[in-house]
Amino acid sequence: MTATRTDRWDEFMEGLWRQNPIFVMTLGLCPALAVTVSAVNALSMGLATTFVLTASCFLVSLLRKRIPKEVRIATYIVIIATFVTVVDYLIQAVSLALYDALGAFIQLIVVNCVILGRAEAHASKHPPLPAVLSALGMGAGFTLGLFALGAVREILGAGKLFGISLFGEHFQPWVVMVLPPGGFFVLGLWLLLFSAWTRRQRRKEAIQHA
Amino acid sequence: MSLEIRSAPHIKAHRSVETIMRHVVYSLLPICAFYVFQYGLSALASLAVVTAACLATERFFVKTGTQAGDISDYSAVITGLLLALSLPPGFPLWMGAVAGFAAIALGKALFGGIGCNVFNPALVGRAFAQAAFPQAIATYTPSFLPGRFYEMVPTSMTLPFMQPASVIDWLKAKQLDALAGATPLAKWKFEGVLAGAEELITSLSGHMAVGPSPALILLCGAYLALRRFLDWRIPAAILGSAGLTAWLLFALSPERFPNPFFMLFSGGLILGAVYMATDMATSPVTPKGMWVYGALIGLLTVIIRYYSGLPEGVMYAILLANAATPLIEKITQPTPFGKSRFALLGRARKGASYPLHPGYISREEAHAVTPKKRLFAHKPKAEARKKSNEARD
Amino acid sequence: MKPAIDPLPTTPTAAMLRTLAVVAALCGTIITAAHQGTQAAIEGNKRLAIERAVFKVIPAAVSVAEYLALPEGRLVKVGADKTAPAGAIKFYAGFDASGRLVGVAAEGAAKGYADTVRILFAWEASSQAVTGFGVVSSRETPGIGDKILVDKDFLANFPLEAKLSADMKTLANAIRTVKHGTKAYPWEIDAIAGATITSRAVGRAIDETAQALLPRIAPHLAQLEDRP
Repeated sequence: MTATRTDRWDEFMEGLWRQNPIFVMTLGLCPALAVTVSAVNALSMGLATTFVLTASCFLVSLLRKRIPKEVRIATYIVIIATFVTVVDYLIQAVSLALYDALGAFIQLIVVNCVILGRAEAHASKHPPLPAVLSALGMGAGFTLGLFALGAVREILGAGKLFGISLFGEHFQPWVVMVLPPGGFFVLGLWLLLFSAWTRRQRRKEAIQHA
Repeated sequence: MSLEIRSAPHIKAHRSVETIMRHVVYSLLPICAFYVFQYGLSALASLAVVTAACLATERFFVKTGTQAGDISDYSAVITGLLLALSLPPGFPLWMGAVAGFAAIALGKALFGGIGCNVFNPALVGRAFAQAAFPQAIATYTPSFLPGRFYEMVPTSMTLPFMQPASVIDWLKAKQLDALAGATPLAKWKFEGVLAGAEELITSLSGHMAVGPSPALILLCGAYLALRRFLDWRIPAAILGSAGLTAWLLFALSPERFPNPFFMLFSGGLILGAVYMATDMATSPVTPKGMWVYGALIGLLTVIIRYYSGLPEGVMYAILLANAATPLIEKITQPTPFGKSRFALLGRARKGASYPLHPGYISREEAHAVTPKKRLFAHKPKAEARKKSNEARD
Repeated sequence: MKPAIDPLPTTPTAAMLRTLAVVAALCGTIITAAHQGTQAAIEGNKRLAIERAVFKVIPAAVSVAEYLALPEGRLVKVGADKTAPAGAIKFYAGFDASGRLVGVAAEGAAKGYADTVRILFAWEASSQAVTGFGVVSSRETPGIGDKILVDKDFLANFPLEAKLSADMKTLANAIRTVKHGTKAYPWEIDAIAGATITSRAVGRAIDETAQALLPRIAPHLAQLEDRP
């Protein structure tokens, strides 16, 4: 029983850390660069993607034995598009301001490669529970990546975090951070930190082995 | 006994990267000194902080192994001094430090260090500052203010991450109008006021918000060119093409465009032409390429100044030409002796493929084979195609 | 996983169609359910957003009604079907507590520095002036172009004269944006120094919509007044 629990945890951690969609696989960068001007936007985009990812992986996994492989991509896309539409409605119902801020990128979740990739590579081969866990992990990893970008860009670009002013009213905003180049700068910096950290971990492990 | 056979040129003088860089720094010192004399304490602090930020960043990246090179090769000092000279003298020091970091980190370390950079690091730093702090970088203060050696411009000492104080109030207290803080280019662009020649060249005559003195820069540049530490073709091409474009437009409608003299001696054109565009790593090495490169910069500068929302265009012009440098080098490769169009009535030229001349080493190895002198790669020949098809089968 | 034993795995067409039909039906159900479930909340949100935007530019208003100004000069209230005929211009009428018309708000759009700037501006019938504006959407450079909402000198341009000419066909004086510090008439907008392009976009957006909309509204103001 303990062994299976560790397996489940591993399934989750895979997406959150070791195969993090943003920092390790660098997938789904289009929303990651476009909507992360503030922490709230980044977080809601991450959560919306997580919802679509989990729901579609669950459904794909349920139907995996019934879907002929000739029409699987079409089926996956229909399923993903369905949940994106649902999320679209949900966000409009929660807040129109958020809906306007995220713009076309809500609809573009359909073509987020992380989702189709997980449906094809994982959910179509595993029973619902592991599929959902893995999807949740991936979604959490994606949300974490987006949040890391959004938080830095909001702090430097507006002097705020979640809309709360951090430096007082005389803060000088770094205009470039809320413009597209700022997204690339911050993403590059996070990638640098992440790979430096992983390299250090690996070196430590090698020393322990020796 | 071992003999080494090499092709010409046989370099006699020992000239290392460090020697060249040191001489560039020497030639920059009089310019910096006059700049400090113009603007006082603030300019001195700005030069010191920006250069220190560049050196610290360089040291960090060299130490962590991200970047090749050596901190003692003076190249980071040049970057820092040029960056500080291209920023307003009262630029908040913390922003200057950020710009210095961005210059080395984004402009140099990212590409692998000295000689590998595609863009001039000082201009990368300035472009970052321009994008991040568009208001602060447009706030100039006049030169030769009384008491400039005892007090700083209030914006210099802004606390990190905070907005600089308003210069207008400070200028009012000194009985100067708010317009005194605008550069000659901004004054022309937004107010239609044209500065006179003597003000531009020496900036000795009054409280003008000009940068480092163009006359001094030309003088120091001439020293470098005479000692062959920079190629005279690039500044000549830039100033020639900018002057020609400005003169043509001026001749077309004198009431809309300023005279070419104003175009040449205002803003950072002279500094950019002499010191920034001539950066060895980011400019073409072929003599013909230098003319093309310089002409491109001059043309772009005038076009950006006249037709864009920005008053100054030298920075973007040089960065764009930096990006075009590999292409310019490719299409301006000199024809080796005996391979010219007339040598064998066109036959020989077709097969002209030759090792890169050691004097023209830029990014490639000495034994690299340059691509053929064509704009478009020609299609593979029929036999070659057949052969590759067979190989595939 | 699918058994991969047969060398030429063929799925019968009927099975494929059946699966697709089942998935499509399932997805259709989910979408319809989500739509039904969120419809009311979305409608409420949209109305709230419009009201908030209109109340900001017409501070005296307490209720809002959405109207269409048809090309032939008729004004109709936007009904449930929401199909706007060609050439119709949408506008909002703001009423105070006693049901009196206090202002008309309409959207205008013009090309700014980065992208189209869309604004909502308010027009007051009694003073024949544009009393203020708010931004609906803009991608102007932060710190420069977005000064149009905070710059005191720029906001001092309002109220801005927007009188109709004698024949009620156009504005008596087209609204223009002029260089900073050269405003000479009450229908001119004094641009922000350094953000001239965005300032000009605001002027053009107001002018374009006002030229088209106000001649249609003006003869029918009474119709808007007597709101039950």
